[in-house]
Formats: sequence, structure tokens, C-alpha cells
Amino acid sequence: MSILVDENTKVLVQGLGREGGFHAQQCMAYGTKIVGAVKPGKGGTKQDGIPLFDSVAQAKREVNPRATVIFVPASGAADAILEAADAGVPLVVCITEGIPTFDMIRVHACLKTTRTRLIGPNCPGIISPGKCKIGIMPGHIHRPGPVGVVSRSGTLTYEAVGQLSALGIGQSTCIGIGGDPIIGTSFRDAIEMFNADPHTHAIVMIGEIGGTAEETAAAYIREHVQKPVVGFIAGQTAPPGRRMGHAGAIISGGKGTAREKMAAMREAGITVVESPAQIGEAVAACLARPAELKPDAIWTSGT
Amino acid sequence: MKIHEFQGKQILKGFGVAVPEGEVAESADAACAIAQKMAREVVVKAQIHAGGRGKAGGVKIAKTPEEAHAIAASILGKTLVTIQTGPEGQLVRRVLVEETLPIERELYLGIVVDRAQSCPVFMASAAGGVEIEKVAAETPELILREAIRPGFGLQAFQARKLAFGLGLPAESVPRATEFMTALSRAFESTDASLAEINPFVLTKDGRLLALDAKMTFDDNALYRHEDIRKLRDLAEEDPLEVEASKYSLNYIKLDGTVGCMVNGAGLAMGTMDIIKYAGGSPANFLDVGGGASAEQVRHAFEILLSDKNVRAVLINIFGGIMRCDIVATGVVEAARALGVKVPVVVRLEGTNVEEGQRILRESGLNFAVASGMKDAAEKVVALAR
Repeated sequence: MSILVDENTKVLVQGLGREGGFHAQQCMAYGTKIVGAVKPGKGGTKQDGIPLFDSVAQAKREVNPRATVIFVPASGAADAILEAADAGVPLVVCITEGIPTFDMIRVHACLKTTRTRLIGPNCPGIISPGKCKIGIMPGHIHRPGPVGVVSRSGTLTYEAVGQLSALGIGQSTCIGIGGDPIIGTSFRDAIEMFNADPHTHAIVMIGEIGGTAEETAAAYIREHVQKPVVGFIAGQTAPPGRRMGHAGAIISGGKGTAREKMAAMREAGITVVESPAQIGEAVAACLARPAELKPDAIWTSGT
Repeated sequence: MKIHEFQGKQILKGFGVAVPEGEVAESADAACAIAQKMAREVVVKAQIHAGGRGKAGGVKIAKTPEEAHAIAASILGKTLVTIQTGPEGQLVRRVLVEETLPIERELYLGIVVDRAQSCPVFMASAAGGVEIEKVAAETPELILREAIRPGFGLQAFQARKLAFGLGLPAESVPRATEFMTALSRAFESTDASLAEINPFVLTKDGRLLALDAKMTFDDNALYRHEDIRKLRDLAEEDPLEVEASKYSLNYIKLDGTVGCMVNGAGLAMGTMDIIKYAGGSPANFLDVGGGASAEQVRHAFEILLSDKNVRAVLINIFGGIMRCDIVATGVVEAARALGVKVPVVVRLEGTNVEEGQRILRESGLNFAVASGMKDAAEKVVALAR
């Protein structure tokens, strides 16, 4: 099984430009059910075989997408997210990078009053291998299987997935949550969903320096997750005060270091690897071990 | 984007935040003239982007215009080394000449974006004038916090709470409230990512002013703030980093010997980590972006190689949808055009990877083709020795 998206998920595209158009075709080639795209003023026509709509609301009425993927340029991306939420699309995947932080602060506050879940922005998207790909990740490196992957980074996720697939280990769903300071879906949210999915047997969590989202997820894992979790934190060698590419990846005021995050994760029972090349083998080792219960789980079960 | 103190004060003044009277000077004569015009004791402050100027001797009081001249002459054109500049220091090109104030109390005010709460947080502390990081680490209870609700701004009741919390005299609370709400308005209106007033001072005659001002802005929002974009001072930034930003490359110079070129920020950090894990040390962080066009690869090579400490280069590209043969062709062309002398280890992953590796092998250049990150890191670290 998988979380959030599967073979029945109908997907809308917002921002069918050069990039968006290319990736929409790639998603369709993977088997994703793209049911339309929004191009104000072009409603009722088609582009490369994709039906166009004037607004998300119109698309919602006519083809009822369960998800939408946003490639709209940064200055209009917040508007695109709000339009999708207003139309009642349950899942919004925002690929766009470079959205102003204050736009996301307002979007975040607004989404709290809706039932829409946002993934991203500034992320590769979400894929349930063999079923549905919504985003810019290379489909061919994935294979279906029991491992849930959640990550703040794009290509580093591909690296981890590549290692898993090479070892014959497939993935249930892979989510790139994005490298920005304000994002829609957190590590904790994704891990909660993986924990509830009966077909996800292990979880890979790839964090990076900056913020405290990994620590929050670790606290949740310690209390609620029995499935094995393998973790890696990028930026162990990053100097403080310098933003490492992602707007969110910065050690400031002595907070958000890799060391702190790794310690919090280890304390929560997560297998933390020091080298990004060890992610695949660590998962293989976890899956090979018989299912184990954490000591306090024995006491709380049945009560 | 960072700006200077005098620029920050100008912006804040426009929003009704009280700042001391003063002007900026680029020469000792100009500093002297400003002091003369003000006809009172002044403080001469070095203008560089880094903090810690006071302790490093970059802030001095002048009783007379002649003294102001002498102090400005001793600071301007000199390299100031503070705890934030690194050992190489920063050249001082301007000084701010400002009125001195009869200080009663030194406090701290700051606004940052809190990621956990997804909103800005206004902070205030009675322990101003010192390193606030130290206060935050050792006595976090001395920092008062109020979350700013998106769309509302800092409310007057929140500002009053902070003002009373700081122990300000009751008669100063209305003015403090005005000051704080103005600061919050300035923060939101300019798409700032950080605003710090340290110290925020109460004078003996009951005034409240920003004695210092530090503001940083969200790079992603600069497109809608032309006035702020103009304040960028390229002389304060690392020349290689400025060069890289022209080509949308994300480059940060470090002090190791292994140059890295990677697509994606997370993988770039992971590559630095694995180099360290293999016993080497990275010379830089360099993210060529998710796409990595041939053009960008060439510029990236140029920037990498202008760092003389680089003894070997690791190119780690997880192509994804991008074709490896195209990346490989770009790498070969760039290496040829630039006459790359140092050994280069290339790790490619993605579609058409065999074809890409063949292009590299048959190029006749000093390339080592690696399979996987571990292999790549071990090879490049050995070559950099």
C-alpha cells in the first residue's frame, strides 16, 4: 500500500509552462492520472492532450481532482496554493522554489482553516512507486515495496532511493517535504502516516541542519512508532551562520546543528547513519531483524 | 541579504522607530564635519556587516570634532577583525557618526521567523547590550516572546506585556508599545527575516531609541522591494560567492582541499559529509541546482578552481530525469576549455549513465569515474593527499 496517493489519484496541474509541461508529461508517462491543468483564459481547450480549465474551482467541478501539483513561478505560487485550497482540493503538492517566507506564513495560517494538506514548497513531490508520481523525481529509480521515505532534500532522496532499489528494497511512498523554513507537511506528519500504513514496514528519514523539525519527529517516534526508522542528517560539516542552499538549512544561534539532531534521533531509537552511503544497508539490516518491540511498548500494550 | 547599521536605521526611521540622530561618512573630513554640525559629543561607529564591532575597537566616542576626525581616520580603510568576521577581518569603508545618549538602561528587542510556529516571534530581554546568544543559551527564561499572528501584526496588548515584562517604568510603556509595533510593522512590510535592536535603550530623560539596528531580508522576496535590493553592498561579500550568484550557483567557500560540485543542496551537504567521513575536508559547498546545464557546470568549474587550496575535485551529480551523457559532455567541454590540471573524480547517476561514463573515460582527460558516493569520496580524498 501507500500513503496519500495511489493508482486512483486524479491529479490537476497548476503552471503548465515549460518546466511544468515537461514534468506533467513525465508524470503521465509514469502512469499518473493527470486530469487537467489550469490556464486562466484557455478553459475548454487542450494542451498536449491535457484538458485546460480557467480556474481550480472549475476543474474541481468538472473532473474532481484529489491532488494538484503546482509549478507556478514563485511570485504567484502562494496564490495558486490558496486557490487550490479554496476549491477544496485535498492534497496540494507545491514544487516551486523561492517563495517569499511571508507568503508561506500567510498561506500556512490560512490552510489551518481548511482540510487541504500541502506538501512542500521547494520539494521534489511525492511518489507511490508503480502507482502514482506527482513531482519531478526520476520515476525509474523507484520500485514498489515496504519502505516509507521522507526527506527535506531532493537529490539526496534520490540517492537514498537509488541505494534501496539497488539492494532490492522497494518503497511504499516517498515524500519530499521541502527545504524551506515554512512547509505544509512536516517530518512528524509524514511519519505518523507511515506508522499508520500497514504496508510500510520501515521508515527512512533524511533531515538536514536548521530548525528543530527532526527533533520534534524524534520525540513522536520515541512515543508512538514501533517500526524501524533509519535516519541521516546532511550538513554535519556545515559551518554555523551560513545558509547551505536551502533557505531552511542554516545553523543559527547555536541551534539546528547536525550533532544535536543526531543525538535526539538516536535517543528515540532511530538508527542514525554517519555517511549518506550507508542508508540502504542500514535499512536492509533493520528489515532482516525480526520485528522487535521497544521495552515500554510491552508494558503499555493491552492497557 | 544583509545591510549596514546606518541603512537599517534609515529604514526603521521611515516606519516611525526612534533612532539617534546621525549621518554616515566615508572620510575623516566628512566625519569631522558631521561632528561639527552636531556640535556635541558623538560616537563614531565602523560600518561593516559583521557584529562584535565594539569589542574589536570599531566603536569610539569623540568629545570634539577633532577627535571624531582622528578616530574616523584610525578606523576607515583599516581591516576590522571581530568575532563574526573570521580571522581575515573586514575592510571598513564607512563610519556612522551619531549623537551620544544619556543611557539609563540597555535592553534587547528582536524579531525572527519561528519555524516551529510558522510565524514571526517578537523577543524582548532586559539583558541587552550583551551577546544575546549567550543569554538564550544560558538563561532562556530571560527572553520574553510573543508570537505575531499572520495578518494582525504585533498587537498593542502584546507590546504592553513585553514592556511591563522588561520592567520599564509605567510612564514609558505607551512609547515602548509604539516603538515595538512600529518595529513589527517594519519587519513585515520589508519581508525581513531578522531584525535586532541591541541595545534598545531607555535614556535618563525617558526616551526610547534603537542604539543599534541589524536587519536581514528574505532573498526570495527582494524582487518586490527594489529600494532594499539597492542597499546590497557587494564589497561586504566574498567575491567568489558573488560571482557564483550571477550564474544561480550556490557557492560557499570553506577551508579544505577537496572541491565539490553537486546538484541539489541536500546532496551537496551529504557530499561534504562523506568527504569528511573518508578522511578529507571539503573546500566548498557548491550546488549547481537540480538541472545542472553544461553552461552552469563550466561556471562552477571556474569558480571551484579559482580557490588555490583545491587539490582534487569531486563532481557528484544524481541526474534524475536529466541525461547523464549530456552532463558528461558538459563536464568534458568545461574541463577542456579551462585546462583543468587537478584530478577530477566524477560520479554520475541517472538515465544513460553508461554512455555518460564512456564519454568521460574516452575524453583523454584526468577523470576518475566512480560508482557510488562512497567510492567517489574515497577516490577523491586519496587524490587530494
